[in-house]
Amino acid sequence: MWKYLLPFVAFVALAALFALGLNPKRDLHALPSPLIGKPAPVFKLGDVSDPAREVSNADLQGQVYVLNVWASWCMPCREEHPEMLAIARQHVVPLIGLNWKDDRARAKDWLDRFGNPYQAVAFDGDGRAGIEWGVYGAPETYLVDAKGTILFKYISPITPEVWEREFLPRIAAARKGGA
Amino acid sequence: MKGASVAATVIAFALGLAAPAFAVEPATAASAAVAVAAASAAEPASAPATAAAGGVDAYGELRDPALQARFEGLTRQLRCLVCQNESIADSNADLAGDLRRQVREMLLAGRSDQEVLRFMTDRYGEFVRFSPPMEPKTWLIWGAPFVALLVAVIIIVRVARHRARMPVDDEPNAGQT
Repeated sequence: MWKYLLPFVAFVALAALFALGLNPKRDLHALPSPLIGKPAPVFKLGDVSDPAREVSNADLQGQVYVLNVWASWCMPCREEHPEMLAIARQHVVPLIGLNWKDDRARAKDWLDRFGNPYQAVAFDGDGRAGIEWGVYGAPETYLVDAKGTILFKYISPITPEVWEREFLPRIAAARKGGA
Repeated sequence: MKGASVAATVIAFALGLAAPAFAVEPATAASAAVAVAAASAAEPASAPATAAAGGVDAYGELRDPALQARFEGLTRQLRCLVCQNESIADSNADLAGDLRRQVREMLLAGRSDQEVLRFMTDRYGEFVRFSPPMEPKTWLIWGAPFVALLVAVIIIVRVARHRARMPVDDEPNAGQT
């Protein structure tokens, strides 16, 4: 009996494997971050427009905040930018920028031209802070809770749908659960 | 019988597919995993930023040949997360350059290979290593090729036994006109 059943079972198993592997919604480049649930690495960097002004996420301890990693050379960041401006207008959460592996003048120009949605933008020209955060592309967006724990990481541009579906409920839950 | 062996071959093939191509050096990975566990007590600290300047020659190679050899070994084991099928030794991606700099600085600061690997996996996950460590959740990866081999051997033995029982056909073209 199993001789006749086995091809069928094998077919179902293979079909399941292919359904998983070939799912068009699966992003092969999106990797789970080992930093979820871990303390957010602390950076102390100069502000992109004013090197003398220090920007540190340590100052945000006690608040839920969003860190958006971007660069002026990053086309998807341009695509995402209107949503960042919309998020800033909502005033639900402090939005901090990490200007990653960029040129200061170009980054400044970018913010002047397209608008600055960020409360502060840390300039990480050599990408060292990015390595600490496990950044491997831009844009990446992190949600950090009041205790400074990374709750969530989203890779690729944020759309209004992603913001509503992935971020807003987590922000609300973090505020309810935490301080 | 034929249907069953075809199906088994398909399963064996699927198992082979499920086992990533990088699962090739079980011995090295097993010993590395032990070493990682031993080194995990060490405290991570950031390498001094100035360390790279002194220990590197005009070609960007580490002056100490032993360090350079370790550098090359480590960067070949680490995946470039931008290209994903290239190591950071081979990749021209900007991030790969940054990670090479990081490895170089950590070696110059006297860090062990295990500390460097741990630094990378703490930030980028196990995926950053081409050979996954031997641990319960990776047993399938390491074991699948052997399971596939076992299944193949079982199929071959069964087919061979079946054929041995068949009458010898001494007139191969007898049925043809």
